[in-house]
Amino acid sequence: MSTQIEQEQTEEQTDAEAAEPAEQSPQERRLSEKKARAEAREREEQAREEVRDADETVRIKVFRYDPEVEGKEEPRFDDFQVPFFKGMTVLDALIYARDHYDSSLTFRHSCRQAVCGSDALFVNGQQRLGCKTQMADLDDPVRIEPLPHQDVVKDLVVDMEHFYEQMHAVEPYFQPDELPEGEREEQRQSPENREKVKMSTRCIWCGACMSSCNIAAGDNEYLGPAAINKAYRFAMDEREGEIQKEDRLEIIEQEHGVWRCQTQFSCTEVCPKDIPLTEHIQELKREAVKSNLKFW
Amino acid sequence: MHEHDVLVVGAGGAGLRAAIAAHEEGADVAMVTKLHPVRSHTGAAEGGINAALHPEDSWELHAYDTMKGSDYLGDAPAVETFAQDAPDEVIQLEHWGMPFSREEDGTVSQRPFGGLSHPRTTYAGAETGHHLLHTMYEQVVKRGITVYEEQQVLDLAVTDHDDVEDRECHGVVAYDIASGEIRGYRATDGVILATGGPGQVFDHTTNAVANTGDGYAMAYRAGVPLEDMEFVQFHPTTLPSTGVLISEGVRGEGGILYNDEEERFMFEYGYANNEGELASRDVVSRAELTEVNEGRGIEDEYVHLDMRHLGEERILDRLENILHLAEDFEGVDGLDEPMPVKPGQHYQMGGVECNENGQTCIDGLYAAGETACVSLHGANRLGGNALPELLVFGARAGKHAAGGDMKDAEIPTGPSAESEAGDLPDDIEIGAVDAGGESVAADGAAVDAETVVEAEVQRQQERVDRLLEEDGINHAQVRDDIQQTMTANVNVFRREDNLKEALDDIREARERYRHVAASDPSRTYNTDLMHTMETRNIIDIAEAITVGALAREEFRGAHWREQYQERRDDEWLKHTMLAWSDGNPELYYKPVLLEGEKEYEPKERSY
Repeated sequence: MSTQIEQEQTEEQTDAEAAEPAEQSPQERRLSEKKARAEAREREEQAREEVRDADETVRIKVFRYDPEVEGKEEPRFDDFQVPFFKGMTVLDALIYARDHYDSSLTFRHSCRQAVCGSDALFVNGQQRLGCKTQMADLDDPVRIEPLPHQDVVKDLVVDMEHFYEQMHAVEPYFQPDELPEGEREEQRQSPENREKVKMSTRCIWCGACMSSCNIAAGDNEYLGPAAINKAYRFAMDEREGEIQKEDRLEIIEQEHGVWRCQTQFSCTEVCPKDIPLTEHIQELKREAVKSNLKFW
Repeated sequence: MHEHDVLVVGAGGAGLRAAIAAHEEGADVAMVTKLHPVRSHTGAAEGGINAALHPEDSWELHAYDTMKGSDYLGDAPAVETFAQDAPDEVIQLEHWGMPFSREEDGTVSQRPFGGLSHPRTTYAGAETGHHLLHTMYEQVVKRGITVYEEQQVLDLAVTDHDDVEDRECHGVVAYDIASGEIRGYRATDGVILATGGPGQVFDHTTNAVANTGDGYAMAYRAGVPLEDMEFVQFHPTTLPSTGVLISEGVRGEGGILYNDEEERFMFEYGYANNEGELASRDVVSRAELTEVNEGRGIEDEYVHLDMRHLGEERILDRLENILHLAEDFEGVDGLDEPMPVKPGQHYQMGGVECNENGQTCIDGLYAAGETACVSLHGANRLGGNALPELLVFGARAGKHAAGGDMKDAEIPTGPSAESEAGDLPDDIEIGAVDAGGESVAADGAAVDAETVVEAEVQRQQERVDRLLEEDGINHAQVRDDIQQTMTANVNVFRREDNLKEALDDIREARERYRHVAASDPSRTYNTDLMHTMETRNIIDIAEAITVGALAREEFRGAHWREQYQERRDDEWLKHTMLAWSDGNPELYYKPVLLEGEKEYEPKERSY
């Protein structure tokens, strides 16, 4: 960059701290636009070369939709050819496509180690986490869509609001009978009881289960597998006590609660953390019946 | 404009804990986060939470271990406050229902961790962070604390007094990711920055993609000094292909490191004759890379971490998550074969200068968690000390911001705490960049708080409009170049010419960043725009790390310098401070406080 621009910009800063964007002369503006276009072309060309040079490539077909942008309001699929490497995940392929071909390609991702739960996607017809799904395990071309049965915000991003509402509906927080007295006194929990709730505590709120559930698709008020699993996590925790357990069972026994589950196992099948969701739902049904029997 | 008593920026462990504490003081508190709270990177922490719980353990021992681990660059008041508060915080979590791993008698388990003189690491399998994050988010839901999610905070609304210590923080400005709107948030009592680490400055990191150090960069540009940024922790056991973390818990439970000749090199080559694999992280990281550099690495890149001998039962009980990670991300079955590991960027010891109550030198601005530098970890953080840090100092910042009754802090902050001016070498040039995000809005004292926030909203609106409307280059290549140069030149082993090369590259990246623009014109969920703005923060932080590394001419903790192979206490028992001065980092030093309730005499560290 020329020193001239540097100087001009420094002056502006002193004049008015808030002044931005930096004023550019029309000529400078045209030049930088030209440069930008040239760099973009170079980049794409480089990406194509990488694809040509790659021993192996893989094709992804990605769902696209943006209500804001002309030409993208109609949902469609875009194809991207990306170089394949050993260990490549669906998320890696999406990142490559975004960074090399189309920076508007939109998806959520963060931890890329299967714990933040933000990149649940519908890949080749199944709900999966993009970051832990190996491209090598999938049939080419790999079809990547947003989670079904959720409102699409843009491209692969879905609206999670309803999912969070359902999670919040089950009072998703610990409510012990009473806390132990004495300074730094712990509540005791047997290793067996911890083992019992262990799988249920692994939920990362990715929403894959909810999206795979036929019942949830047809009944918007159904609590759904993730929320019921959250209820299980507390209802089965021995530290909460019997009275609280009754209250919890009441919540999940509501009209759109556990009894809606038709034991199709689709949630269990897609859960990236291997939580036996269907089993947990069944166990809560059993507990609910047992607790109701007491009053007969 | 949204208005609350206390605003917490970031909703990971530190943010959640701060919000709960402020709420308990009766404040109207809201969290503003660019993710949803359960997506925060605290969830990826694996190992555990150090706290002196056993009767035969004590806070004094924990403080001593922490100070030794820090290579005597921690400040005693921070270290002691931390060790004293940690047990209550852990018990608090237990009372909130955190599913800790348990002993037969039902009490929480504790295991050994690197650099600890007592097994004081409480844990929940090898997924402690996930449980901690969810347990605290549950408490936030229970209390009905407002969470503004998917709001990317772009900058702070701070007055522009000449003297940074006269400045006040009145709120923040955020970009609503879903709608593209720019929103002002006014905080009457305080803004707490808890935005996590800056791992994305490096190419190979355990950190999430979202960890772009936004809080560091915002505070820095507002005038708060960054402290000890040269101290970057490289975790010794990350998976070579992805940087995914393999918990120190594996070594804590007895996992062994081998080189290509199947030698247990930590002992064979004398890197740590007493502690072996459980020496502190800087020691193990250097040992591994030395093995690789001397030709005893596997595929010239990594070493092996073996846990097979622990037996399936114990592994499944305590390290099950590790089996999944090794399988999913490296295709290795940890029950059958050793796992490949190498050092990767993991944690930033330095950060936004603040005191034990989380206060920075700007009135109304706080920092907590990895974003902050209290300074607790000094030159090297012990495994298992990050989670209690975010609990202890998150809670303290929240309480103080909400007006809770607390003792005055002992750690001085701000340029007036300066003891000694520093000089950067003459032959480096620092590039200024004005591509948006210089903080310090409005016209100083005369202006009311709302106007300060509104002026910042206006500035950010203009910045976003420009990035959306102008043509420009894509930020991704700029970010990638920074990450590559940092990994190549400012890694575990540091040489002067490399550091200078990195500064050249950073300067070039700054120049190119002037011409970035988002090519996606959409106002809906524009991640292109989001990442473009994050990249600006990455550049500022990369520069601060590299300048600090070049300035510190000694070998301390995680900071190894080829020319300086000794810790030089006579000259360097001091913190590196960098202040933003019209776009240039200004260097000065602040003495280390080695005296608290106890005194800490620097000794040679041996493990």
